Amino acid sequence: MPQLNFIQAINTALAEEMERDPLTFLMGEDVVLGAFGATKGLIDKFGDKRVRNTPISEAGFVGAAVGAAMAGTRPICEVEFASFFYCAFDQVCNQAAKLRYMSGGQARLPITFRAVFGAMGGAAAQHSETVYAQFLSVPGLKLVVPSGPSDMKGLLKSAIRDDNPVIVFEHGALGRLKEEVPAGDHLVPLGKAAIKRAGDDVTVVAIGAMVPKAMKVADKLAKDKVSVEVLDPRTLIPLDEEAILSSVGKTNRIVIADEGHLRGGAAADIAAIVAEKAFDSLDAPVKRVASLDVPIPFSPPLERAAVADEARIEAAIREVLGS
Amino acid sequence: MALERDKHTAQRALLTLHEAQLLELYRRMVLIRQFEEKTAEMYARGKITGFCHLYAGEEAVAVGAIYALYDKDYVVSTYREHGHCLAKGADPKVVMAELFGKVTGISKGRGGSMHLFDQDLRFMGGYAIVGGGLPIATGLGLSVQYNEGPEVVCCFFGDGALPQGAFHESLNMASLWKLPVVFVCENNFYGMGTLVQNAICQEELYRFAQPYKMPGVRVDGMDVLEVYGATMEAVARAREGDGPSLIEAVTYRFRGHSMSDPVEYRSKREERIWQERDPIKNLRRKLTVERHVAEGRLGEIEAEVARQIDDAVKFADESPEPSVEELGKGVYAGS
Repeated sequence: MPQLNFIQAINTALAEEMERDPLTFLMGEDVVLGAFGATKGLIDKFGDKRVRNTPISEAGFVGAAVGAAMAGTRPICEVEFASFFYCAFDQVCNQAAKLRYMSGGQARLPITFRAVFGAMGGAAAQHSETVYAQFLSVPGLKLVVPSGPSDMKGLLKSAIRDDNPVIVFEHGALGRLKEEVPAGDHLVPLGKAAIKRAGDDVTVVAIGAMVPKAMKVADKLAKDKVSVEVLDPRTLIPLDEEAILSSVGKTNRIVIADEGHLRGGAAADIAAIVAEKAFDSLDAPVKRVASLDVPIPFSPPLERAAVADEARIEAAIREVLGS
Repeated sequence: MALERDKHTAQRALLTLHEAQLLELYRRMVLIRQFEEKTAEMYARGKITGFCHLYAGEEAVAVGAIYALYDKDYVVSTYREHGHCLAKGADPKVVMAELFGKVTGISKGRGGSMHLFDQDLRFMGGYAIVGGGLPIATGLGLSVQYNEGPEVVCCFFGDGALPQGAFHESLNMASLWKLPVVFVCENNFYGMGTLVQNAICQEELYRFAQPYKMPGVRVDGMDVLEVYGATMEAVARAREGDGPSLIEAVTYRFRGHSMSDPVEYRSKREERIWQERDPIKNLRRKLTVERHVAEGRLGEIEAEVARQIDDAVKFADESPEPSVEELGKGVYAGS
């Protein structure tokens, strides 16, 4: 099995899916150059018809992706940084998400949006935000947050084959993370969580870049005989509630680690589900570990303090264990 | 100058179109007018609820432009789209049923007055966010170009959309990529109650074509033949691969912005002046005077349309509501 990093996994998934389906094409800001490597070289293989640079015009080209899908193609649309979605909110939330339902099921919207998100070291507030929570209460979208190269490839391929608007959020700090990635048709279904590490004492639901952090904490706590189960939901819509509830049913304790802000975030959403549906199996209150409710600051020590880190995950685990 | 030329185009269309074609234009305009009058009546009777924007007065724009298209061409519209949808060939029954919120409606009762949609007719939706349809029309054009298809996209929007970023972003991309899109701006002078010159610094809206390097014309939107002529040219250009055009059709909505608008921002005198220019009366006059069509023939068309509208209301009224059990279905493909 080849060793690939996160970016190479994206590149491989894109190349394979574009090879497979001639109706797919890439569009977005600087996809020809592939500044971050994800789309690098695809122009040589697929030409400028299928790898199309767009102007810096998010409302325009995101909407164009919606229209293109409606007329039978399958656009893969890169919005360079997820914070740029704010410029295109109408097209994502009012149009892409609603058109199928509003048209009585007629509009076809096979679109994959890709965007880099998260604190990645000094990118400051307008390039570091974890914006998926803003889409959580918009029915009609699917939200994918891969935590490593293998899932990245499998989830992105599934997203491209999905007939709905899917946003794949790619954490900017995971770029160099390497692991074995199955070659060829490796598909990870949307809506299926992964137990990244089995354990008995506490469930840590970790999203995106919180997964490798939670894994490190779990390794550390194992030496203290604390058995941590790390569950990666992998997709926030659809959400594998069953896997989360079943894990909590086993461990009776839960910590939810997310890079989004505390208020109204994905962690809050999952916490509510657990409180509503698994209250009786809880031996301790649900605990969230999330980013502080401040815009992500530029200063490196402030940025590190704003975003949930291993120390906070560990403290939360110890709190729910009462240890 | 443009207006002068377009008057000639309109005159040529009047003299060269077959009588059957001219009567079809007349029929479509009458259909829209009667449909909208009936809609107002049904709204007053509480049969139709919610936001509802009538197209009466603007019929020549939808009918003239859409008559210049083939069936396979795409149309994108706004929230004032009953007229475009009917002109594209929708059965008034399913449009009325949608306004009634019935499951037999064109969007199965999920969209309502502002979100009519028919994939088979390539009527790609009414968009209730001002300017929201323009990027989508651009994308439809992108897909046509990608598939090397022969289709053209005709995108309608009002004067109110011009200050929106989406308008400028769309015209830029469509021109940059030479996409087969015809942008038709229905300038009815008011964005809700705000006069166009209080909303945009350049009130001669067709002039926005020039910075985006595409042809732009202003036509009399109360003259169906003028709109038809200008759209024919723009469509031919788009189909040849020469890119988009902008048509500004100057028109007037006879009613308020929506059913709840008391229209306090314009004078009765102004309304009367525009009613004198009624596009249906305009064509009727030309047909009877210049093409010697018998009044009786036009009367037959009106009576036939009236029967069709009555049938549409009956159909809508008798249709069932959507089932609440189906509420959660159709949010996602395959659900």
